[in-house]
Amino acid sequence: MIALMIETLVKFAVVVGGLMTAAAYLVLLERWIAAWVQDRRGPNRVGVPLTNIKLFGLGQPLADGVKFIFKADVTPRHVDRVLYWLAPAVVMAAALCAFAVIPFGSVLPDFLPADWGVEEPIRLTVVPALDVAVLFVFAVGGAAVFGVLLGGWASNNKYSFLGSLRSSAQLISYELPLGLGILGVAAAAGSLHFNEIIARQADSGWWNIFVQPLGFVVFIVAAFAEASRLPFDLSEAEQELVGGYHTEYSGVKLMMLLVGEYLHMITAAFLIVIFFLGGWHFWGLTDGVDSPGGDVVAWPAALARVAVLMAKVLLVILFFMLTRWSWPRFRYDQLMNLAWKVMLPWGVLNIVVVAAAIEFAGRWAAAWGISPAAATALAGWVALALAVVLTAWADPTTADNRPLRIPPALRGSSDET
Amino acid sequence: MKPDDPSISWVEPPELGLAGKSYLPLFVQGLTTTVRHLFSPKKTVEYPEQDHEIPDPIIYRGVHRLNRDEQGRVKCVACFLCATACPAHCIDIVAAESPWPDREKYPQTFTIDELRCIFCGMCEEACPVDAIELTSLYNLSGKSREEMIFDKEKLLSIYDQTCQAEPSRTQRSDS
Repeated sequence: MIALMIETLVKFAVVVGGLMTAAAYLVLLERWIAAWVQDRRGPNRVGVPLTNIKLFGLGQPLADGVKFIFKADVTPRHVDRVLYWLAPAVVMAAALCAFAVIPFGSVLPDFLPADWGVEEPIRLTVVPALDVAVLFVFAVGGAAVFGVLLGGWASNNKYSFLGSLRSSAQLISYELPLGLGILGVAAAAGSLHFNEIIARQADSGWWNIFVQPLGFVVFIVAAFAEASRLPFDLSEAEQELVGGYHTEYSGVKLMMLLVGEYLHMITAAFLIVIFFLGGWHFWGLTDGVDSPGGDVVAWPAALARVAVLMAKVLLVILFFMLTRWSWPRFRYDQLMNLAWKVMLPWGVLNIVVVAAAIEFAGRWAAAWGISPAAATALAGWVALALAVVLTAWADPTTADNRPLRIPPALRGSSDET
Repeated sequence: MKPDDPSISWVEPPELGLAGKSYLPLFVQGLTTTVRHLFSPKKTVEYPEQDHEIPDPIIYRGVHRLNRDEQGRVKCVACFLCATACPAHCIDIVAAESPWPDREKYPQTFTIDELRCIFCGMCEEACPVDAIELTSLYNLSGKSREEMIFDKEKLLSIYDQTCQAEPSRTQRSDS
């Protein structure tokens, strides 16, 4: 019991410490990418404090943190004090909670003396035994909406309120495609356990992105929307809403809200990697002793699994950051149309295809002379192509909501001008 | 105004076509642009260590200078045209009888308040004898307001400092 507590506490410290450092340095990375994409240099001055050593600006996160902490923490007089103070805590707690079940590696080989009473092999997840880990992550992710909602409501400010209204409507809408994207993965793996989902992909060597491309597209779009990242950052559209739900926040509370957002992005990146990009698996590099996805591993493979997982997560985060500068923000009706008229049907189609593949892949494989996984992948890619062409043809996202309509008599005459 | 008013011209957005509606070409286009800029050379300059490159120092409008003639005397004839043209009223001239036979007046004092100056270049335009000119020196700073009021000696010393790199207009037209 004591051994389990110590083990959990150690893992907890590693995860929380790692996450906070990662969030701080991702802010720096984001500023670098923003600068590089705009042909600037980005922060490159702050290095070791009190010296002249610059270190490419790697001291910037420390300076940012110190600045936030020493800023005046203003609580405006017109706010609802209890909720105003509660909101950053809720956002932060919800964002951190998700990492209780998200694996940051696979397993470690046995290395502790047997009389310590630690159950080996040690799994690199804070709470590895939770069988409904996927559900847990989504429940906690849903709770994060409360923080945004409370912050906007308690601020008693119209910009904040509009931001939180948009945000909650957006998050609730995109929960559906997000869930549908996962359903295919869970059905294919037959488990709601992260380790099991990764192990299935590792054993077959077919990552879910190859087998269920449609599900991947649906999930990654929904994940962007859930993390409130561009092109879906309607909740804090600076041009319209000042700062959105955190307009009235300053100092440490603002920092907590912003860090919470970064943690959401990290969570989304982890989920994308685990569900669709094979988690810690890389062909030939991370094989276990018995099977590619097995729990019995040697040290090199165990460390390679951690490194591969982190590298993949970093790549996905880089994609998140590049996306921010690549495409303009969606209009709100476009955002909703995309969720309900495109992503939802695509998600349903994905489930139908995956379910059919689970049932009939063996027969298709025999008929076409390929392996069952390849048959599933083929069905998936055909479904994706079909979905894209059908959507482009039906064009459900274009809605003419202008108050004045072109009179029928004048329709078509504009070609001449 | 009614929708069928003949003075309204109705314009429809251009058709996107199947590829445009599928969003895929735009997706790829956006990402390639971003990635290309990620690795392109940077436009900004690390200022204190590295100086800005001024494309044409002759037309740049930086700190003023008072030009000297061939005998090293101040060129100014104290006509007050620059002070009159100055929209910020930052030029103050005290004229005196010229000690030299080739002109009637010369500036006894000539001060420019660089803090009031808006670097518009009107003084340079107004000057009939090309005595006042703007140089390409841009890193103008000082620790007090008094320090930033440049007198005749200071302005002449700026000419000595910059005359090699930036010859005055009369010298340029000679060449």
